[in-house]
Amino acid sequence: MVEFALPKNSRVQSGKTWPAKPGAKRPKKFQIYRYDPDSGSNPRIDTYEIDLADCGPMVLDALIKIKSEVDSTLTFRRSCREGVCGSCAMNMGGHNGLACIKAIEDVPGEAVTIYPLPHMDVIKDLVTDFEPFWAQYESISPWLQTRSPVPEKEYRQSPEERARLDGLWECILCACCSTSCPSYWWNGDRYLGPAVLLQSYRWIVDSRDEATGERLDELEDPFKLYRCHTIMNCTNTCPKGLNPAKAIAEIKKKIVERNL
Amino acid sequence: MPSPRAAMRSLGSARHGSGHWILQRLTAVASVFTVLWFVAAMVSLSGAPYAEIRAWLGSNFNATMMILLVVSAYWHGALGLQTIIEDYVHSPALKVGSLVAVKLLAFALATSSIVAILQVAIGS
Repeated sequence: MVEFALPKNSRVQSGKTWPAKPGAKRPKKFQIYRYDPDSGSNPRIDTYEIDLADCGPMVLDALIKIKSEVDSTLTFRRSCREGVCGSCAMNMGGHNGLACIKAIEDVPGEAVTIYPLPHMDVIKDLVTDFEPFWAQYESISPWLQTRSPVPEKEYRQSPEERARLDGLWECILCACCSTSCPSYWWNGDRYLGPAVLLQSYRWIVDSRDEATGERLDELEDPFKLYRCHTIMNCTNTCPKGLNPAKAIAEIKKKIVERNL
Repeated sequence: MPSPRAAMRSLGSARHGSGHWILQRLTAVASVFTVLWFVAAMVSLSGAPYAEIRAWLGSNFNATMMILLVVSAYWHGALGLQTIIEDYVHSPALKVGSLVAVKLLAFALATSSIVAILQVAIGS
C-alpha cells in the first residue's frame, strides 16, 4: 500500500538553531531540511536566523548567505540564479519552485521552510537523486527523429508550426511539476510524470518529427500516461508558468483520435 | 540493483490504456442519463403497491433502462476501482488479487441484478 508515514530512518527531527547576529534589523527564520548520509542519523530541521536587511531578495540569496557566512555544510544545487537552469528546484513554504526566482517575502508562513523536492531520494540536504527522472526523460527519445533524407539545408517549418512548440520548449526540466504530483509520488517508478510527458508532447507536435506514431505507441500504457488524473498540481506549481496538464490532455486526445 | 534506465524500461509499453480511459468516460455519460431516469422513476413510483411496480417494470422500455443502469453503473464502478487499486495498492499479490476480484465481483453482481430485474419484469 501507499505509505503515508515516513520510514523510521527518514523521520525528521529538530536540529540546531543559529540565532541572528546581534543588531540584526530584520531577522527572519529559515527552517531547512538537513540530511547527512555519512552521519547515520535521521534528517533534522535546522533553524537559521538571517538579517533580511543584509541579504538579497530571493530564497537562493539567503541560502548562499547561510552557506558562506553561517554554516558551510549546507548543501544545495544552484547555477544560473535566473530561472533558466532548474538546478535550485526545492520545496519552499510547502510549494515547489526555483529558489533563485522565489522572493523570500512571497514564501507563506512565519518562517521560511525549505525542503528538498518531495518524494525523491535525498542524497544530501536539499540535493535529490535525479537519475530515475533522467532515465524517464531518455526513455521518450527527446530528439528529432526523421525518415526522409536529410535536407541539404535546414528542416523547414512554418511560423504556425513553430508556434505549436511555444509553452513547451521553455521547460527546463527542474522536476517541480513531477514532484508535486501525487500520482508521481505513488507510482513514480512507472508513471512518466508531467515534466517528461510535456517534453514528449513537445516532440509529438513538432512538424519536423516523423516518429509521432511510435511516440504515441510508447506512451499508450496504463501507467506511463494514464496515471494522470488531472490533479493540476503540475500546472499550479510550474515556476516557468507552463501547463503540463494541458500537454498531457493533448496526448490523450491524440491517442483517442486514432482509437475511435 | 538494476540501473535507473533498466528499471524504467523493464516493462516497456502495454500498448493499451486508452480503451479503459474512453470507457470510463462513456459509462459516466451513460450513467448520468440512466441514474437521472431512475431517480425520476422512483420518485413517481414512491408508495406504489408491488403489483403496480411489476407492471411498470414489465414495460420493455423500463426493463431495458433498468438493465442499462445496472450495466453502466457496475462497469463504471469496476473501472474506477481498478484505477484506485492501481494508484494505491503496491504489494504485487494484493494488487493482482484485488484487480481480479473487482472484475469478477462486478460481473457477478451485475449479472445477478439483471437476472433479478428480468424475474420481476417477466415474472417467474
